Amino acid sequence: MSNYYDVIVIGGGPAGLAAAVQAKKENASVLLIERENRLGGILKQCIHDGFGLVRFEEKLSGPEYAERFIDEFNSLGIKALTLTFVTRIEKTEDGFEIHVTNRSGISVYSCNAVILATGCRERTAKQVFIHGTRPSGVFTAGTAQYFTNILGQMPAKKCVILGSGDIGLIMARRLTLEGCEVLGVYEAKPTPSGLTRNIHQCLNDYNIPLHLSKTVTRVFGDDRLEAVEISQVDENMKPIPDTGEIVKCDALILSVGLIPENELAENMNVTLDPGTKGPVCDNNCMTTVPGVFSCGNALHVNDLVDYVSESGETAGRAAAHYSKKERGTIAVKRGKNVLSLVPQMLDLNSDLGKVRVYFRSLKPLNNCRLLVKCGDSELFTKKYAFLRPPEMESLTVDFSQYDLNENSEITFEIEVTGE
Amino acid sequence: MNEIVCIVCPNSCVLRIDGEGENLTVSGNKCKRGETFAKAEMTNPVRTICTTARTSFKDAPVVPVRVSKDIPKDKIFDIMREIDKVTVSKPVKRGDVLIADVLGTGADIIVTSDLLTIIDKENENE
Repeated sequence: MSNYYDVIVIGGGPAGLAAAVQAKKENASVLLIERENRLGGILKQCIHDGFGLVRFEEKLSGPEYAERFIDEFNSLGIKALTLTFVTRIEKTEDGFEIHVTNRSGISVYSCNAVILATGCRERTAKQVFIHGTRPSGVFTAGTAQYFTNILGQMPAKKCVILGSGDIGLIMARRLTLEGCEVLGVYEAKPTPSGLTRNIHQCLNDYNIPLHLSKTVTRVFGDDRLEAVEISQVDENMKPIPDTGEIVKCDALILSVGLIPENELAENMNVTLDPGTKGPVCDNNCMTTVPGVFSCGNALHVNDLVDYVSESGETAGRAAAHYSKKERGTIAVKRGKNVLSLVPQMLDLNSDLGKVRVYFRSLKPLNNCRLLVKCGDSELFTKKYAFLRPPEMESLTVDFSQYDLNENSEITFEIEVTGE
Repeated sequence: MNEIVCIVCPNSCVLRIDGEGENLTVSGNKCKRGETFAKAEMTNPVRTICTTARTSFKDAPVVPVRVSKDIPKDKIFDIMREIDKVTVSKPVKRGDVLIADVLGTGADIIVTSDLLTIIDKENENE
């Protein structure tokens, strides 16, 4: 049996599934490697609805959305290795060697192109500097979600949620439905991190208070969490001394952000973007290392799964057709008021007719316009009534209509046009 | 005048509702669904429920379920109690109805994953 595939996809969540399906449709031989026992990634535990509004125009739950792709994946006869962990990727003269470990031991697969669809990780308590003891009862929102939705066990009776990220808001509602008392959601920033609709349908609907500019500064309890100390923070998000109040609870749930998972990429010297914390990619989702592609939440944290699938398809299509021909890349840069931008490069030797661009604004802005420039000349603009950092914007740009060459430098900036 | 945030899609439009009773006018919505949502919020607010149902399967103690269509907002906890009464013992699949016309709302409680079917097959093969 040959261990060679045209494309190897690492990660069996929504990005990896879409990438594998698309690469297979482009007639590539495809292998998908997943470390868990089942495909679907985090969607397996995201039982709430709202997935697929863009793609299917339906309000699906996470499992329903994932299983539509899994059904297609299976019907195309794509091979998946589950319970398999990639330990390292080596670049060879012909392509890549993927070293894996699983219950059959250690093995090596080779491929022409590799797609990193490794998703993202939650920031943990250690990364937010909370003082005090280390009792049980401090969970990330994802862990609390796993307990509730997969194991069917309640992680809390009376809890406090730190951070207003979407998973935290979703869990506030979920735990309330299951009979837990959610005392409040505390957010250190002056504005919420999650989607506005989630503030309304997850918190306001259930009378769960949202406290802005407040954070947890200490935890109390020996075996189990007994209380947390909440303090106000100043404009630099530093706790203000002597503002602490004690809130009794048996669980602290953290929803303090997601970081793209890129250990494999870093080991291959793929350049990462400090804005997205994912790899710098061109319009085909190819990283700075030719033949290595990135998509989904490994590329940048998305708030809609529809966009995750979309970037998976872009990566899958490009990886299937990957040949070692020279790229002609030019930089796409973040200008004023842009927090993150994907892609960060354009490959002039590829089709630039329909380039999907994703961006977030640096801060909440009203009445503004996106300005796309090449050097000093303006390529085009688009008006927005408002832009908010938690809500990623996407647009399709036809860059083929512009006269771009290797010296062109594209900049995306946001200009406030007035009150 | 009332202002509410539309929860139909991630655009989160701020909807402005003027008038009373039958004569409601909605502005600020980017699409038709926003108008429908705003009018429902003023007369009969509806929501969905997504939760899990207990199973008798060792490898999957719960299976995800949801309502097949929107239900009145004030029925949420009553419907949760109905779902609590169920224990799934058959290998149900995506779309299967667990409770038909729950509490006379016209909505069914449907299963949203093939998990139990997959586990059942895995156990057969072992």
